[in-house]
Amino acid sequence: MISFLSHLVNGISLGSVYAIIALGYSMVYGIAKMLNFAHGDVIMVGAYITFCATQYWGLPPVVSVLAAMLVCTVLGVVIERLAYKPLRAATSLAVLITAIGMSYFLQNAAQLIWGANPKSFPSVITLPTLSLMGGQLLISGETMVTVLANVIIMIVLTIFTSKTKMGRAMRAVSEDKGAAELMGINVNATISLTFAIGSALAAVAGVLLCSAYPALMPTTGSMPGIKAFTAAVFGGIGSIPGALVGGLLLGVIEILGKAYISMELGDAFVFAVLIIVLLVKPTGLLGKKVHEKV
Amino acid sequence: MTQIKRKSDTKMVPVPSMAIVPERDIDKAPVLEARHLGIEFGGLKAVDDFNIIIGKTEIAGLIGPNGAGKTTVFNLLTKVYQPTTGTVLINGKDTHGMNTVQANKAGIARTFQNIRLFNNMTVEENVRIGLHNQVKYGMFSGILRAPSYWKQEKKQHEKSLDLLSIFDMQDMADVKAGSLPYGAQRRLEIVRALATNPSLLLLDEPAAGMNPHETEELMENIIKIRDQFQIAVLLIEHDMNLVMGICEGICVLNYGRIIAKGTADEIQQNPVVIEAYLGKQKEA
Repeated sequence: MISFLSHLVNGISLGSVYAIIALGYSMVYGIAKMLNFAHGDVIMVGAYITFCATQYWGLPPVVSVLAAMLVCTVLGVVIERLAYKPLRAATSLAVLITAIGMSYFLQNAAQLIWGANPKSFPSVITLPTLSLMGGQLLISGETMVTVLANVIIMIVLTIFTSKTKMGRAMRAVSEDKGAAELMGINVNATISLTFAIGSALAAVAGVLLCSAYPALMPTTGSMPGIKAFTAAVFGGIGSIPGALVGGLLLGVIEILGKAYISMELGDAFVFAVLIIVLLVKPTGLLGKKVHEKV
Repeated sequence: MTQIKRKSDTKMVPVPSMAIVPERDIDKAPVLEARHLGIEFGGLKAVDDFNIIIGKTEIAGLIGPNGAGKTTVFNLLTKVYQPTTGTVLINGKDTHGMNTVQANKAGIARTFQNIRLFNNMTVEENVRIGLHNQVKYGMFSGILRAPSYWKQEKKQHEKSLDLLSIFDMQDMADVKAGSLPYGAQRRLEIVRALATNPSLLLLDEPAAGMNPHETEELMENIIKIRDQFQIAVLLIEHDMNLVMGICEGICVLNYGRIIAKGTADEIQQNPVVIEAYLGKQKEA
């Protein structure tokens, strides 16, 4: 029982990271109608920046994370401007391939700068471990911060999209780009803003991920990126609560699967979930039905 | 007298003559002026040599058989398409090189033939999208909910309800736009366009799908909007009662070209129009 609870806690922690990454996929998909497969690698860049800031430049953890968020925000906007914006009118396949190319570019650039050897990422979280049930159930500081960060991000984003003018503009653009433009909404600026938010969140996810799993290398972001994409599809791509639900469920499924069924097949469960969801409910758990105009 | 040494070699071209504007607008600069406007799609001239002048507070009509190029004209005026020839002046300002957003800021707003509301957003939120460029607060005061945010949000909320009250729609502010009845959706589109603070409102078939009673109401409301906001309206419509009833200047388009311009009486008596358009009224 205790071990189940402990796995559950780990699953929620991992799921929270997936949820934060999934938000980036989901928001960008909602607005630009494209899958930004370079998103996972922005996570890796965020983690490297934090690593450099704490290890080489001696910055305090909070400042390091903020620096990583800033760098990733700029990176996200630049990627969009240079790689995706020129393809706004191109087929979705062209954009998809460009995104995959961008993903490899970031991985190789990181390898060039930081080398291929894994770096041991020092946890930036200094919270003590919480001991429950007489020391049988341990909840690490990393877990608590991750879950808390996830909750705060979800609340802030929900308020942002529903109650501010930029949030409303984002929703309008995601529904009908042309009509939004004719009402005076600057579509390019709105898309840039979405990439900026998604990339800043990716930096946070990178720090949280590497604090829990401290081996940092150029490919660190790709697997969590793909899994978070699965989570976004699972929950319903384009939906903020969908990213939360999908991320949490996927994290729990992965950890429980690894713990009780097979360690080696853990990742396979994640993708089995994706296949089942696509077969049974292609729009995802909370996804909206796409209605064709007649 | 000394000899004239210089001679201008400027080529002179005729500008749209025979333009008509309401008498009350004669001293005011026209809200819209299109000169020799044209667009080609792969060799096909969808609109050719389109000239129009619309007075400051004129209600103008653009009519013509299906496929005559009416919506294409709207797309040219709002910069959805860039014209291959000619210019569009909004309030005397050349719109050459402008994009859709800039054309909207210059003072032109529109509705759509096939309603394009933001269906998953509420009625009020739809209006607020129209108000977007009139709201000034930064992203961070939005997230941190600073006093400027609350102040602007409150002002926006009141302004939205104010605009909705034109059509008595204040009570529906929190309803999802997609779940409104058809007529109300058309009205909301007009309110949303009005919210962008235009000087020219383009209405693409505003009465489509409305019953005679609703159309009657719409006619009154279009006049009311013109009087209240002191703006011009250009509308595309197949309902001849509406066009002949409220349009001051009417422009008839066929195969992308203007075949007649004038008042309702003139248009109704024009033999070219009767042949091209009114004779086929059964089909419309």
